[in-house]
Amino acid sequence: MKVSLNWLKDYVNIALPAKELAHKLTMSGNEVGRIDVVGGTWEHVFIGQVAALDKHPNADRLKLATIDLGTERMTVVTGAPNLEVGQKVPFAKIGARLIDGHTGQVAELKPAKIRGVKSEGMACSEKELGISDNHEGIMILPSDAPMGVPLSQYLGDTIYDIKVTPNRADCLSVIGIAREVAALTGQRTHITEPGYSEEGNPIDEAISIEIADPDLCSRYCASLVTGVKIGPSPQWMQQRLIAGGMRPISNVVDITNYVMLEYGQPLHAFDYTQIKGRKIIVRRARNDESLYTLDGMKRDLNPNMLVIADEKDPIALAGVMGGADSEVIDPTTSILLESANFNNISIRRTSIKLNLRSEASSRFERGISPELAPKALRRATQLLLELAGGKAAKGIADVYPGKREQKPVLLPKERVSRVLGLELSTDRIQKVLASLEFSCKPAGTSRDLLVTVPYWRTDVRMADDLAEEIARIIGYDEIPTTLLSCQIPEQVPAPMLTLKENVRDLLVGCGMQEVITYSLVSQAALDKIDSQGKLRPALRVANPMSTEQEYLRTSLRPGLLAAFASNEKHEKDGIKLFEVGRIYLHRTNDLPEEREMLAGILGGPRLERSWLCGEDTLDFYDAKGILETLFHRLKVKTDFKPAEDQSLLAGKTAEVIVGGERAGIVGEVHPKTAALFDISAQPIILFEIELAKLLPFAGAVYRYRPIPRFPGNSRDIALILDASVAASRVQEVIESSPLVDEVTLFDVYSGEQVPPGKKSLALSIRFQSAERTLTDEEVNKAQQQIMDLLQRDFGATLRS
Amino acid sequence: MLSKLEELRAKAISELDSISDPKSLEAWRISYLGRKSPLTQILRGLAALPLEERRAAGAAANELKAFLETSLAQQEEIVKEAEIARAIEKGRLDVTLPGRPTTLGRLHPATQTMRQMCGIFTAMGFEVVEGPEVEWDYYNFEALNIPQDHPARDMWATMWMDYQNEKGERPMLLRTHTSPMQIRVMESRRPPVRVIVPGKVYRYEATDATHESMFYQVEGFAVDKNITMADLKGTLFEFARRLFGKERKARFRCDYFPFVEPGVEMAIDCFVCNGAGCPLCSYSGWIEILGAGMIHPDVLRRVNYDPDIYTGFAFGMGVERMPILKYGIDDIRLFYSNDLRFLKQF
Repeated sequence: MKVSLNWLKDYVNIALPAKELAHKLTMSGNEVGRIDVVGGTWEHVFIGQVAALDKHPNADRLKLATIDLGTERMTVVTGAPNLEVGQKVPFAKIGARLIDGHTGQVAELKPAKIRGVKSEGMACSEKELGISDNHEGIMILPSDAPMGVPLSQYLGDTIYDIKVTPNRADCLSVIGIAREVAALTGQRTHITEPGYSEEGNPIDEAISIEIADPDLCSRYCASLVTGVKIGPSPQWMQQRLIAGGMRPISNVVDITNYVMLEYGQPLHAFDYTQIKGRKIIVRRARNDESLYTLDGMKRDLNPNMLVIADEKDPIALAGVMGGADSEVIDPTTSILLESANFNNISIRRTSIKLNLRSEASSRFERGISPELAPKALRRATQLLLELAGGKAAKGIADVYPGKREQKPVLLPKERVSRVLGLELSTDRIQKVLASLEFSCKPAGTSRDLLVTVPYWRTDVRMADDLAEEIARIIGYDEIPTTLLSCQIPEQVPAPMLTLKENVRDLLVGCGMQEVITYSLVSQAALDKIDSQGKLRPALRVANPMSTEQEYLRTSLRPGLLAAFASNEKHEKDGIKLFEVGRIYLHRTNDLPEEREMLAGILGGPRLERSWLCGEDTLDFYDAKGILETLFHRLKVKTDFKPAEDQSLLAGKTAEVIVGGERAGIVGEVHPKTAALFDISAQPIILFEIELAKLLPFAGAVYRYRPIPRFPGNSRDIALILDASVAASRVQEVIESSPLVDEVTLFDVYSGEQVPPGKKSLALSIRFQSAERTLTDEEVNKAQQQIMDLLQRDFGATLRS
Repeated sequence: MLSKLEELRAKAISELDSISDPKSLEAWRISYLGRKSPLTQILRGLAALPLEERRAAGAAANELKAFLETSLAQQEEIVKEAEIARAIEKGRLDVTLPGRPTTLGRLHPATQTMRQMCGIFTAMGFEVVEGPEVEWDYYNFEALNIPQDHPARDMWATMWMDYQNEKGERPMLLRTHTSPMQIRVMESRRPPVRVIVPGKVYRYEATDATHESMFYQVEGFAVDKNITMADLKGTLFEFARRLFGKERKARFRCDYFPFVEPGVEMAIDCFVCNGAGCPLCSYSGWIEILGAGMIHPDVLRRVNYDPDIYTGFAFGMGVERMPILKYGIDDIRLFYSNDLRFLKQF
């Protein structure tokens, strides 16, 4: 809502500087965004009168205008077609900063000689002054404009752009803001009741009004003015409309808009002669009906829409837009003015459905008071008589089926302090509320108050609303600051949250970078990782911003692969990314399952390029090592088993088994999949873990192992065995020996030194007893038993 | 005999002085102090000497032995020092060469910020709770006093899920804020409650430098007997001080959210200009950081909390906004485009 301070001053005195007043409005809930100063650049521009117009001695198309400034007269050369002697015009002296009518640039006015005649200044167009885009002629000021006065004093203004919150229908009006200003600056508003003489016939003889659907229209008021003359509205009104962000059209239309800005009540003007049967029926549209609206569009109507109809057809979409047939046009002489109250929900639905959000609909949908309708109507009728002439019918038509008695709000004496934490005297509460025109009286004999809410405050319904009114007027600075003094509530453990945070920290410790990718992905991205169509169908957004973000992801893979691809283009070092996030899995007639997942991706050089490090490449065992570290630290026991996956390479993929169940997978990304994401690095390793599967183990209680009191005994052995034997099985066999404390595999070899089809594993075995120092004999015996088992199970022999 | 000892002394010392390595030192020790050395021989042969001579020669020989041992120790020390000095000289590093790289990863800046925020509130007795990102209209809007067709729905441009119920309605959506968790938590607990909810939210919003369709919020609320707006002010002002520094000033101004009454917006004084006015704060001196208010009595009633007994406050804030302000980030889209050149800066 754009509000002119000059206009505001019609209803309330403004003594504060514009910036301070804006601050007060902002703090109390009506945030002032921009403050525009109209005429801030009009230094050296004055009001002058055209005293004489003479021919230019050297040019037929130019004239010499003598401009009277009261104390001096100036001669200027002008080519403007619309100048006449006696007109008042804005006159810029040398040194004024004006907008060039052709280039739009601001330039300083310099002395000039045009065709041999000196020009001492310039009469200005609206465009040159920055008032509008009109550059067709000199701006003509009203004849009562004071000669010689700086233009900024006469036309200058300050415009606030106020962000009105959705609860305050009343503040979408100049009068509404004036009431706020009055309360905030300790003043009263001065709003005069509109009045005019009614010289025509009684209105009831001219029009009958029927509200067929009172649930959608609580009140309908109308007045009739005959004999009006359509023309432009006066300059002052046009200026205020422009300041309010509206375009002047004609006196009648401008008046309806002007009163809407002034009172916050949308109005509509009908050409009375186009209303068939002298009948207004407010009713739901029928299914087969349509209406050409003012913008020339044909609108198909349905019974969810409220229309204003005459005897036969709809003539307007109630509260949204008028119909073309009953539009006020130049030959119109009889005006039926409508000021009605329509159901806010119906207006909102209709305007959204037809994509016709307007100044009117935005006011109706916030819920304005039906009490406003006749007041705004009278004001508009008064202006119509003043500015367009004619005769007003006697009285106004007023059908008010939705009249409700307004109940006062009970304000219990404790409530204000219970909500605000601030003790206020009853006297102060009453005074603050009175400044907003709420009236208080004691409720019975108690110290509770019964508060009568002014009709325009449709947002105030209960005691806490009043508490807010008090707080915003006295200012929140007065409320004390205290810390919560009540007892800290019992807390419910959140193991998943803890697990996620631990996982993040551990992976960061492993040198991985956390990323967060979009939850919404494209179907194409999901297809890239789902060549075999194994993923569950993704949930679709009905109104996606783009196809790129249309489906809720059912896997973290597309996001990570894309993040890898985009970083690969500029990263010289290896890339190690992980994400802890949700995937969304469809459930019938319920919200989707939001499954917490961990996924990681890595590839490229293992170490940062350095004079100290080699140039090895990250591979499967880097990813596995990270996972082992993660699980070890989480105290989760895992097994890795060969597995297959549609986007991972067979033979380089393992599933992660936790508690006998598959909890995730790790493997080298299939080159085909990598290519789909435009990844060129090889290999790329990806892992994916379902966090809930770790949960039963991650939080498990564990006990510490005492530090051995006796020395251990380490033996290194090198085994030769079939290349196909899994190293983990060898390790398991060795670990089954009761004296073995730890087994470390430190070399794997196949090649010239071992027979074909065989491999060599070198292991360091640490023997340890908690009770005593082991003798060499005991260790030898244990080692021999291990060798026997390995021989039996895998045909393993010691490498000589 | 005595002259023989003197001769030995002179020879031993002159040899010792020129020794500069441990091996030669050992050889010297063997030849002058070893079992077969002349001095040892002399000491062994003392018994065979006449008493007079034995006393004088014994004293002299023992004195020489002690002297040689001390000299050896001293020379050993000198040799050791020289060894170290040589080693140092030989092992000089170019300390300006870069160190061996270690790899430590990083948390995403949004995670870092959320942790910081949650940390401050948990220290004040709040419990962290998470909730669903795909929500019912009821929790996201209806239960928060934003019924169908309420004009305040315009404040939350919504992405709706492609799902229709039996009545042909489309009640499933991507939550537009973390506030639905107020209802979910209160439905399942009795007061007192003190909870914060970090999480992703979504908006139907064309993205540009200041708008994202996905971002994080942290919601917080507390309900008990006797909670007032003064507690809200105290809690949030303390939060702002801990997050932005103790010199920061904070203020409340009236604002509107349908599920609180009274509703406020909190701002802190601009940390670039300290309130004087600069481009960051649009020359207002203040930077908005969150919305808050006292939980609306109708919301409490909806979860069967009696508003005559219980009062509560709620607040919600954007997460990315804090690092955006703190580090002067000029494009919110950087957060989820996951460019390492951006992420590695935090």
